[in-house]
Amino acid sequence: MSETLVGAVRDQQSPLLEVRDVTKTFHVAKSPSGNNRLRALDGISLTLGRGETLGLVGESGCGKSTLARTLMMLERPDAGTVLFDGTDPFAMHGKELLAWRRRVQMVFQDPFASLNARMTAGEIISEPWRAHRDMYRSSKDREARVHELLHLVGMRPSDARKSPQEFSGGQRQRIGIARALALDPDVIILDEPVSALDLSVQAQVLNLLNELQERLGVSYIFISHDLSVVRFVADRVAVMYLGRIIETGTAEEVFDSPRHPYAAALTSASPRLDRSTAGRDKIILRDEIPSPLDPPSGCRFRTRCWQAQDICAEQAPPADQAPGSPLHLSECHFPLDTIRVRSGELTPTP
Amino acid sequence: MSTIDTASTPSPVLDVKGLSVTLRTPRGTVRAVNNVSFQAQAGKTLALLGESGCGKSMTAKAIAGLLDPVAEVEEGQMILDGQDLATMTARQRRKVAGPQLGIVFQDALTALNPVYKVGTQLGEAFRIHQKLSARQARSKAVELMQRVGIPEPESRVDAYPHQFSGGMRQRILIAMAVALNPSLLIADEPTTALDVTIQAQIMALLRSLREENNLAVVLITHDLAVVAEEADTVAVMYAGNVVETGTVAEVFANPRHPYTRGLLESVPVDAVRGSTLSSIPGNPPELHNVPSGCVYQSRCPLVQEVCRITRPELLPVRPASATAAPGVHHPGTVAQAAACHFSEELAHV
Repeated sequence: MSETLVGAVRDQQSPLLEVRDVTKTFHVAKSPSGNNRLRALDGISLTLGRGETLGLVGESGCGKSTLARTLMMLERPDAGTVLFDGTDPFAMHGKELLAWRRRVQMVFQDPFASLNARMTAGEIISEPWRAHRDMYRSSKDREARVHELLHLVGMRPSDARKSPQEFSGGQRQRIGIARALALDPDVIILDEPVSALDLSVQAQVLNLLNELQERLGVSYIFISHDLSVVRFVADRVAVMYLGRIIETGTAEEVFDSPRHPYAAALTSASPRLDRSTAGRDKIILRDEIPSPLDPPSGCRFRTRCWQAQDICAEQAPPADQAPGSPLHLSECHFPLDTIRVRSGELTPTP
Repeated sequence: MSTIDTASTPSPVLDVKGLSVTLRTPRGTVRAVNNVSFQAQAGKTLALLGESGCGKSMTAKAIAGLLDPVAEVEEGQMILDGQDLATMTARQRRKVAGPQLGIVFQDALTALNPVYKVGTQLGEAFRIHQKLSARQARSKAVELMQRVGIPEPESRVDAYPHQFSGGMRQRILIAMAVALNPSLLIADEPTTALDVTIQAQIMALLRSLREENNLAVVLITHDLAVVAEEADTVAVMYAGNVVETGTVAEVFANPRHPYTRGLLESVPVDAVRGSTLSSIPGNPPELHNVPSGCVYQSRCPLVQEVCRITRPELLPVRPASATAAPGVHHPGTVAQAAACHFSEELAHV
């Protein structure tokens, strides 16, 4: 247990969602080395408070989507526990589990692919009630609620009769958000909700999400590759690499004073508007993310790390608290404490 | 016509003048690119910046001669190294643009042919334009792969595109684009499909190729931060028109078109969490429905009667800083210009 980032769990008062040491392995086609067990999540621990936004960042193949699916209760973890309001939903089955699923909903990245073109906006928003039949039983109630939801996301009641093709990308994403709200969830998982949208529209949707959170007290898990967006929406941030959370803390802690070299590289590599220096102060990592089928021994980032030592291949680094910030945790044998990336002082050894 | 001052600049590698592209659609013919002018200089990066549907990719395709059959160049010049591509036959164009113009696309997986080995695809340019043998072309392909940082090129040259990661495929595309040492490289959203750390690698590769070969780069992107980091000059496009142009430093510090200003303000840079981001209301006009006056009128906070009647031309603006004299700028740079009736007022907002 000491290897995982559970420290954050103990210090928080009754979180809405508590994930402890969750592991998920998939059986896939054999890799060149003969391994067919892909450990998509390898000891994930996190917490989410009511009305809080957790930003989840990491690159393709890091396990973000598996984590999202696990929290949606669509994947059952091999080991570890998920506690929702202190109850383990995976201990339940059938109707009980269905009732729990209502509490976590999702908004998808592609507003064109995620809405059925043969349904009207109203049908799309009310479809979740076909699975959860005890909500809004009469068609009159349903219609009234659809209109309320449309209003909530800044659209008109008359839009309920239109089909998705009649809307712009931003409006479609609003419909996707209304559908996620239809079951009055406690948590919404937003999987790259604005990355398919144009910049001017992106700001409208981010404002809407902030406004909804304020009004409804819903919690968000916000998955995004755009760190400036994550910084704007997230209270806390978790950085994933090859199935593990390698750093977590407040958005300021993680982005302004990253302690794990990968978090530092990610922060540094992200394009920024205020940097007109042709990226010369960037940390450019070597190579690419290794296959999750054959993760490196010890620290999984060591193959791309510019400061890796022998110990990094031998031992997985334990979770380490930043001095003075017990909730800012990272898993590195040699945390980068003194370096401030924003000021551009960081110069990696080639 | 746009009036970008050319007097003090060295002769550009690419000089696009008054380019218009029309598109036949089921709902009639529309103008996807309207009277667009810009220049790309050797060793510099020009960014074509805009949101989806603004005509930036269509402009690139017109220059590369890769327009879909439903689109055609209606008028304008595209002068590459002194020769106008617009007046050439397809055959002449292949001969000129083949070696002199390279293009990198966003989606490397669809841009590469899945049934040919990458070495064959990399060597094709040498076989066609330099009449090299298969064996010679293969060794050129290995050299190229080395040049763009693909590990173990001797064994990887016989692999197929699906055997490479997204980042490596993009390197292969870049290798194909620079194979014949072109003078112009068009990169159409080259890193949009890639992860952040790989994006940084690819941008670093493009920069080093640009510097080593004195390439003129036209970078097409929707990402303001990428423009800020990578480009020297920028042309901001909206609904088929260039609405503002100039050096990135000038345009981003003192945007003189309300659209550029709106875009810059939509980026959550150091925005306080929970605060309201400023956003541009509404959506861009549909191409069937571009208004007769200013293209931005329906979303503009400064709109006046004149904007609905007369379309503003792209005209040089007076520098916002008091130190610089009007109309004077450093040699080799582009004077800032904006297509707005109120660009002077914007200097003091």
